[in-house]
Amino acid sequence: MTSPGGGTGLDAGRTRKLIADVARSVIDAADELTALDAAIGDGDHGENMKRGFEAILADLDALSAMPAPELCRAIGAKLLSTVGGASGALYGSFFLALAKSLPVEPSRASAAAAFGDAVDAVRARGKSDFGEKTMLDVLIPVQRIFATGGDVVAIRQAARKAAEATIPILATRGRASFLGERSIGHMDPGARSSALMIDAICAQFGEE
Amino acid sequence: MAKVGIVIVSHSPKVAEGAADMVRQMVGEEVPLAWTGGNPAGGLGTSYEAISEAIRKAWSEAGVAILVDLGGAETNSEMAVEMLPAERRARVVVCNAPIVEGAVMAATESAGGSSLERVRAVAEELSAN
Repeated sequence: MTSPGGGTGLDAGRTRKLIADVARSVIDAADELTALDAAIGDGDHGENMKRGFEAILADLDALSAMPAPELCRAIGAKLLSTVGGASGALYGSFFLALAKSLPVEPSRASAAAAFGDAVDAVRARGKSDFGEKTMLDVLIPVQRIFATGGDVVAIRQAARKAAEATIPILATRGRASFLGERSIGHMDPGARSSALMIDAICAQFGEE
Repeated sequence: MAKVGIVIVSHSPKVAEGAADMVRQMVGEEVPLAWTGGNPAGGLGTSYEAISEAIRKAWSEAGVAILVDLGGAETNSEMAVEMLPAERRARVVVCNAPIVEGAVMAATESAGGSSLERVRAVAEELSAN
C-alpha cells in the first residue's frame, strides 16, 4: 500500500503495523460483522473474515518484509484460500488485482490507479456495481476520492458514510437478495468490513 | 472418447455428496466426477482451493462442467476457473442450473458422449422456464 499523502514511505516496521492494525480491526469486529450478516445473509462473514486475517497475522513476519506488490499478492492468496465463500473470492480478487497493478515503489497516482483496477476486479467477480448493497458501495466512492486527491480524513469519512448508506438499500446481489424488501434497514456486512479496513489503513497514514 | 467431467459444488458437503451419489446411480463410473462442499474451516460454505482440487480430479480432455448452489459457490468456482492454466481455462464452464437436477442431466448427457457445450446447454435448459 502506498500513502494517500504521496510517496510510499513504508519501512518494514510500519508495514508490519499497517498489516496488523488492519487485521485486528477486522478480527475485533467479527461479532458485529456476523450479526450484520445474520440479519440479511448466512451469518458467517465475521467468522470467515476472522479466519482469513488470523492467517495473515500468523504470517506477519514474512509479509512485513515483502515489497508492496508481493505483499498484496500474498494477502490476496491467503484470503482466497482461508476466508471461503463469496467474500473470500471478492477480497482475494481485490488484492490479486492490486498486486498486478501496483509498482514496487508506487506514487500516489499509480496507487490510485491500482486501487481502481482492484475495484474493477471486484466489479467483475461479483458481477455488480455501485448501489446494489455490496462492498462496492464503499470501494467505489473511496476510489473516486482517492483518485481525485482527497486526504485521509475525507477518505475515512466517505468510507464510513458509504457503509451506512447501504442500510436503506434493497439488496439485489448475493444471499441478501433472497430477502427482497426485508433486506432494507440493515447495513451490508461486506460494505462494513471494507469500511473497517479502509479506516485502519487511513489511520496508519494519518499518523505523521 | 473422453467424456465431459462433472464437478458439484455445494455449501454443504452432504448436499454435494448426495448429488454425486445420484449422478453415479445414473451413469456409474463412465463420467469423471468430483464433489466438494464446506468452507476452509469445514463449516457450511465453499472453498476456492477445494474447488480447484475437484476440477483437477474430474479433469477430462473433453472439459469440465461445474454445478453450483448459492452465490459463493458460483463466485469461488468462477475464480477457480480463471486461475487454471490458460489451456484448461477455456474448457471449464460454470453452469447456470439447479445443482441436483443439473448434475444428473449434465452427467447423463456427458455419458452419451456429448460436447461440453451440449452438456452445459442441457443443464441450463432446466433454468430456462
